[in-house]
Amino acid sequence: MTILATRRDILRTGAATGAAFATLLLVRPVMAKPEEMEAAIRAFTGSAPVAKGKVELVLPALVENGNSVPLAVNVAHWMEPNDYVKTIAVFNEKNPQPNVATFHLTPRSGRASVSTRIRLGDSQKITAIAQLSDGSFWVDEAEVIVTLPACAES
Amino acid sequence: MARTLINVPPTAKRGEVVEIKTLISHPMETGFRTGPDGALIPRDIIHRFTCTYNGEEVFSADLFPAITANPFITFTTVATESGELALSWTDDKGQTQTETAKITVE
Repeated sequence: MTILATRRDILRTGAATGAAFATLLLVRPVMAKPEEMEAAIRAFTGSAPVAKGKVELVLPALVENGNSVPLAVNVAHWMEPNDYVKTIAVFNEKNPQPNVATFHLTPRSGRASVSTRIRLGDSQKITAIAQLSDGSFWVDEAEVIVTLPACAES
Repeated sequence: MARTLINVPPTAKRGEVVEIKTLISHPMETGFRTGPDGALIPRDIIHRFTCTYNGEEVFSADLFPAITANPFITFTTVATESGELALSWTDDKGQTQTETAKITVE
């Protein structure tokens, strides 16, 4: 007399199916990966070292609507004719494209502070990098949690 | 012609840093969305914004699909002399719109 399936067998198969479902759920939609942000940053900075400081990236920590997120970047550096903030570039981790915006400043900007509104497709890390006229790079990062991401309707 | 909103202080002291706020109505279609027929809607965004002060460029920006519809940009410039600020937006269809604002420096 043989028993086709013991209680233990059924439990075992159940656990296996559960694991298979979990891996299916982990498959994410097509979005840029953090490596793409790294690549975009490398394309901007070249091989120059990027130091922390000077830059202040202002973003809300918790965002309700990813379709419009206020973003401001301030760089604590003077704007003298021969020593000024040349470029401010903003990058994201998980939108379909790693670039957000690149601002080109001149000594006539008077102050290195810009602001705009951006879209966020997911909770992620935003990076702002400032390039000074002497070629040095400065960075600031911010983590943002998005409750309703942009592009959710499509 | 798209509607624009430009906020420049009408008067400023010489050497003062003034803040300029700009907004233009534009759908900023990302090129990642699908239409009702399932096909991708072609990208149409404003990819370039520039500001000149009496003919000299003082600020410019390269924009990407991560910028919201109706892009809003603020930046600063030093009020050096009375004159005109010309702001221009260029989109993927090749259209450029230029708007001007007057500033009086005392």
